[in-house]
Amino acid sequence: MPETAAIEVKDLHKRYGSREAVRGVDFCVKRGEVFGLLGPNGAGKTTTVEILEGHRERTSGHVSVLGHDPGERAAALRERVGIVLQSCGVYPHLTVRESVGHFAALYPAPRDVDEVLDLAGLGELGGARTRTLSGGQQRRLDFALALVGDPELVFLDEPTTGFDPEARRQAWETVRSLRDLGKTVLLTTHYLDEAQALADRVAIIRDGEIVAEGAPSELGVGGERYRITYRRGAESFAEETADPTTRLHQLTGEALARGQTLEGLTVTQPSLEDVYLELTARD
Amino acid sequence: MTEHALERPQVLPATRADRRWLGLAWRQYRLERRMFWRNPSAAFFNFVLPLLFLALFGAIFSEEQADLDVIVPGIAGMSVMSTTFSALAHNLVFLRERGILKRMRGTPLPTSAYVAGIAGNAVTNTALQMVLIVAAGKAFFGVDWPGDPGTMVVFVVLGVVCFASLGVALSHAIPNFESAPAYVNIVFLPVIFISGVFYDADNVPGVLRAIAEVLPLKHLVDGLSGAMVRAEGIADHGTALAVLAAWTVLGTALAIRGFGWRSSAR
Repeated sequence: MPETAAIEVKDLHKRYGSREAVRGVDFCVKRGEVFGLLGPNGAGKTTTVEILEGHRERTSGHVSVLGHDPGERAAALRERVGIVLQSCGVYPHLTVRESVGHFAALYPAPRDVDEVLDLAGLGELGGARTRTLSGGQQRRLDFALALVGDPELVFLDEPTTGFDPEARRQAWETVRSLRDLGKTVLLTTHYLDEAQALADRVAIIRDGEIVAEGAPSELGVGGERYRITYRRGAESFAEETADPTTRLHQLTGEALARGQTLEGLTVTQPSLEDVYLELTARD
Repeated sequence: MTEHALERPQVLPATRADRRWLGLAWRQYRLERRMFWRNPSAAFFNFVLPLLFLALFGAIFSEEQADLDVIVPGIAGMSVMSTTFSALAHNLVFLRERGILKRMRGTPLPTSAYVAGIAGNAVTNTALQMVLIVAAGKAFFGVDWPGDPGTMVVFVVLGVVCFASLGVALSHAIPNFESAPAYVNIVFLPVIFISGVFYDADNVPGVLRAIAEVLPLKHLVDGLSGAMVRAEGIADHGTALAVLAAWTVLGTALAIRGFGWRSSAR
């Protein structure tokens, strides 16, 4: 496997009239990794991904996807990429199996249709007309259509927006199985837990700029900060400390000396959510 | 992943690429056919309606052969327009709104093969209609087999290209699927009424006649009527061919210029 990146983005800009939706974005996605582009609605995630997919033209900057400029829309690139977009529908009068079968025929080396239906959790629904599918089932069909061409790289644009918890869990399983298959995945989401659960690395985007990038665990630590919470009687306490060992010793020592207990004692590090909220908070 | 680079040369030999293109276009075409018959409302509007009109008006004017000689080629012209112009405008707005165009664009399917599949579907409907109308004319309405079949084919082909391009062009102007029937019918219905589909266009009042003269359908109906009823050749309809050709050029330019893959709402 060549040591080149699957996706390279350097100083990407996109302007719509006077509004600049993407303002100098840089990031790099390695082959075989799940990369999360995380940000609130309107931050520029979808614009960025649509430029990488060849659906939009960039205003300026360098973009490389599997060694191609997506703006050239080469068939050789499209054969190697699968796309799950929020805004894409399916033919309503076809069955699930017909839809997946048709898309399989568009690619030079497709996966087996039944295998893909199983992978996407649609094994039972092959004969159903697509217009009868629920929202979650339609999104699973989106996955199946994106995977049937056996792509090396998969774009997932907000793959679980509007899902109930069960459908969401299933979609996560599908993404994990993509990683197990060795696919590179670029995932956009505005759900932190989703990025945390799925991505090897995360870039947080706000107002068209990347404000943080790294592994979810690294982002989550955010320095040596710990949060201690407990209750004493009816009162709740919460405090932050850089040295939880000493502070806990003090707290528990005092409590024991007074013959009290610290109810509901917890020690946590700030989650990615805390970091995310800090980074994306509007001034 | 290296074997991908080895397996797939950047440029396929021309014949293999051509065969692949044909295969993809053929697949898309078959898919469009299958979906056409599964969608009853589309099948009705674009397919059954002209035949229903033919049956109704044929019955109403059954006493007058002169009227039947107008109705049969008139309905043929209307069919060309409804199977291409109306059908493509509806379908493209639907495909755009649903994000299906955008999804197809993300696949390796060449745009030209995709368009060929969709257009082939419309052309098949037109051809089926022509056969049904000519057969019904012979069987029930006293109109003999076309006197000049070659000229009829020329007019049908030109009519298909002309109205297909105008249908694609119109689809760009339609903001969403809910409004598509209104946009299509505000063009389609007045045009069929003033263009001599149901009665001789020469009986239409002056202003409307002048408008019809500028529009393509009247000329298509003239050409079809000449070929089907009076055995007139292409040479007898130079003006009709010129007007249809002019609209085709305009329609094609507008169709290509305004083409958008995604819903305008996004």
